[in-house]
Amino acid sequence: MEKATQDKLQRLEFKLAPVYFLAPAFIFFSLFVIWPILQSFWISFHEWSGFGEKTWVGLENYRTLFRDPKFHIALFNNIKWFVFSLLAPVFGLILALFLNQNIKGLRTMKSLFFFPFVINLVVIGLIFSWFYNPDLGLLAEIFKAFGLKPIPVLANDKIATYGIILASLWPQTAYCMILFLTGLTAVNVQVIEAGRIDGAGGWKMLRHVVLPQLSGATFIAIVVTIIGSLRSFDLIAIMTAGGPWGSTNVLAYMMYDESLFNFKMGYGASISVVLFVLMSGVIAMFLRSVLKNER
Amino acid sequence: MNKRILFTLLLVSLITVGTFANGGSDGEGTSRMLVINSNLSDPAPKAAFAEVVEGFKAANPDIEVTLNSFDHEAYKTAIRNFLASDAPDVCLWFAGNRMKFFVDEGLFLDISDVWSDYDLNNSMSAAKSAVSVDGKQYGVPWGYYQWGMFYRKDIFDKYGLSEPATWDEFLEVGETLKSNGITPVAIGTKYLWTAGGWFDYLNLRVNGLDYHMDLMLGNASYTDPELDEVFNVWKDLIDRGFFLENHATYSWQEAQAPLINGDAAMYLIGNFIVPDMDAAGIGDKIGFFQFPQINSSVGMYEDAPMDTYHIPASAKNVEEAKLFLAYVASPEIQTQFAYATGNIPPNKNADPPTIPLTKEGFDMLAAADGLAQFYDRDTNPEMASAGMQGFQEFMVYPDREDEIRARIDAERKSVFDK
Amino acid sequence: MFPTPIQKRSPLVQILYKAAVPVVLILWLLPMVAILLTSIRSNADIISGNYWGWPSEINFLKNYSEVFNPARSPMLLYFRNSLIITIPSVFMAVFFSAMAGFSLAIHKFKGRIFLYALFIAGNFVPFQILMIPVRTLFANLDLLDTLWALILFHTAFQIGFATFFLRNFIVDLPFALIESARIEGATEFTVFFRVILPLIRPALASLGVLLFTFIWNDFFWALTLVQSDAARPITFGLQALRGQWSISWNLISAGSIVAALPSVLVFFLLQKQFISGLSFGGVKE
Repeated sequence: MEKATQDKLQRLEFKLAPVYFLAPAFIFFSLFVIWPILQSFWISFHEWSGFGEKTWVGLENYRTLFRDPKFHIALFNNIKWFVFSLLAPVFGLILALFLNQNIKGLRTMKSLFFFPFVINLVVIGLIFSWFYNPDLGLLAEIFKAFGLKPIPVLANDKIATYGIILASLWPQTAYCMILFLTGLTAVNVQVIEAGRIDGAGGWKMLRHVVLPQLSGATFIAIVVTIIGSLRSFDLIAIMTAGGPWGSTNVLAYMMYDESLFNFKMGYGASISVVLFVLMSGVIAMFLRSVLKNER
Repeated sequence: MNKRILFTLLLVSLITVGTFANGGSDGEGTSRMLVINSNLSDPAPKAAFAEVVEGFKAANPDIEVTLNSFDHEAYKTAIRNFLASDAPDVCLWFAGNRMKFFVDEGLFLDISDVWSDYDLNNSMSAAKSAVSVDGKQYGVPWGYYQWGMFYRKDIFDKYGLSEPATWDEFLEVGETLKSNGITPVAIGTKYLWTAGGWFDYLNLRVNGLDYHMDLMLGNASYTDPELDEVFNVWKDLIDRGFFLENHATYSWQEAQAPLINGDAAMYLIGNFIVPDMDAAGIGDKIGFFQFPQINSSVGMYEDAPMDTYHIPASAKNVEEAKLFLAYVASPEIQTQFAYATGNIPPNKNADPPTIPLTKEGFDMLAAADGLAQFYDRDTNPEMASAGMQGFQEFMVYPDREDEIRARIDAERKSVFDK
Repeated sequence: MFPTPIQKRSPLVQILYKAAVPVVLILWLLPMVAILLTSIRSNADIISGNYWGWPSEINFLKNYSEVFNPARSPMLLYFRNSLIITIPSVFMAVFFSAMAGFSLAIHKFKGRIFLYALFIAGNFVPFQILMIPVRTLFANLDLLDTLWALILFHTAFQIGFATFFLRNFIVDLPFALIESARIEGATEFTVFFRVILPLIRPALASLGVLLFTFIWNDFFWALTLVQSDAARPITFGLQALRGQWSISWNLISAGSIVAALPSVLVFFLLQKQFISGLSFGGVKE
């Protein structure tokens, strides 16, 4: 084959490369995820029980939603979840740094640190509920040991949410720990050595040398934590069922309730659209700053 | 080398998948088929139902029966899916509003012909209204169970107490218990429906079944003066400290602990508590009495939640399904199946129960002036949610009564479009 | 390596560290200990509220064998199904996402940021709202109640997160390597297979572990797309342990631990790939 044609073919192959590299992922994702998401957005403009015909109502679901006191409680709780869940990447990083050593048996121990992440959230919620039990729980025993009356954490409409968030930090921290451990493998050794030669140690090293190199892992950890905090559902379902009297409700739980138990798919879909918009807003901000650094 | 291993593994797994991938649902052929979806996941009821199905198979060897069992809770989600597409021929569900919802959506088949063909109008007359909408029947009941006060006989004996029949007697019993450091009533309201049970009984005793059903259907208001006494009586109990402290943090199951440990003496609950009491070793110490009378001019109505069979409207094997319903409606099968699941058979020709606590319930329900299903099965689910949340809050903060009732009623107006 | 390798520190610090790790581990795993304790309790203990005290009887064998009791569910069948569903899904998702992540990281074409954002955004919607559209889609494809439905769906669903994850790692790689490969006349495929994949092995491994866990533990989509035992994964078996009225928490705890073991095993096997004190990703001069 002539060199010119060979070159042309290679250039074409190069130009078309994005197409066939992206094709499988894009097709799968569009067909089974994006399309249903678009459909659910469409449903949000209708009133629909999940069966039979849909009735077009335009923005009515959204109007009702913004007037609904449940929505405001749920939104406020989601903000609490968002803020406090960010402790998970912090603790995850600390744990990852602590465990980033090469001593005997650490491999087994690291697997054990991973355990909270793989245990069914329902069981985790249960154990923490029992911990908070004001009569028979461990927390109650601690209170009694100090001569204080135990606080029924999950029956108190002001602090129940925090009790649940605490429970969620356990598996979420394990998740972040994995991400940071992965990131630490890619840290450039020579830069670290150079830094050590320059006399940097401990905190300075962490801040100026290591963390910047962990930015990829940090970005992922933060994004998944934010997504997780705004999608939190299982723990709330098992620990308080959204109570007491709806005070621990969050948008994902409200959406589940409205769609699947009140048979208001349209209304539920509007809640998921709101969630989507919220998350997009937050993540877009992060994304922009990360992409800026990439250029 | 890694790449090759990767691809081999992928290929092998794909081939395995290809061989095994087909799930359950492509039975083709000319034999008759019947697919049943059940929500009985506990070993004993599951085995009991399997036995019923085996009996049907033996009597109808030309029908191929498939039984799909779901976890009880997951079934509530799954039913939404399988009624819409890929429906079975028979499915289990509940009577009352729960059934009515699917009937209104056209998802359950009208089986009034089964009722008339097999004389169920006679043998299941008491249960008929719970499975009827506009005079047509859409389900066949297989069991219901009693609700009432389960109590510690030994604690009552210790303080010389007897089963109260009137409200004043009940208050006296409670006060005696309180003065001896025992919580009169155990309750766990985390999942809300136990609070709904208390509302049901207070309303049924104060205002009667007709008003109660009006309220359930959205035709009466939660701010009606009729309900003032209901909430006053309830508030009285709360103020006297009759209910278990911190009940909002406990599931109904967790609230059994004080009853078992002797820290509480009574529990307004259904008879599904009995197996747990047996397992905890105090089965023989548990007694049962009917919720006491409050208003002597009002009849004694009870909550008796009913479990049912239905035929989905899109079922493929309707004839076989109807045969199955006829089979399970017979007195023998009703007896066999209901008791194995701890329920009471709705067929009046079935044998009466032998277990003492269940027999008490049986007699009570047979003598009742009327039956309701239960708060969250009698009214619209969204309404039930708002109502029960309000009740739970009321039980912790009774002073918020007016605000709570107004809020619940606003929900009623929006849900029922009134 | 950061922090300073413990071997380089004073012997005192080494001893302290070796002692501290198990202590931290125990504190960290206290809830896990509680779950284990619960899994060997008797039902009577759970009902009477003995959550934290010493079990009145130790039902280790009884509870764990009950988890596999065929009268409740065909657990071994479910286990096989879980393997058939999870393993191909993980492989396909990782592979397709690596290709997509590679392209999004390296190729500069118009709309790549939009596509990247699309893959991330697919994770934003609480998945329950997709229940009906997805079920309808699979009903139309006549794939309801098959293992294929779950494989296809899980592959697709995880591609969003996986692409996001891998693109991030690939972007951090030194571009010089790719450039030099291209100059030598390598096609994009060669670059992908020979240069990129080996370099992102840690990320691939940890992603594999994460996806395995997510897919293995899924119950919701199995419930939505499948109804007969022949296609149900192990999470169904776990759910069936619940009990209709009174939840058998001891059995569920035991079941959860059993169900978690494969994920932990995968972690244990693959962790050498993504957790090491050895240098990795450094540019060799």
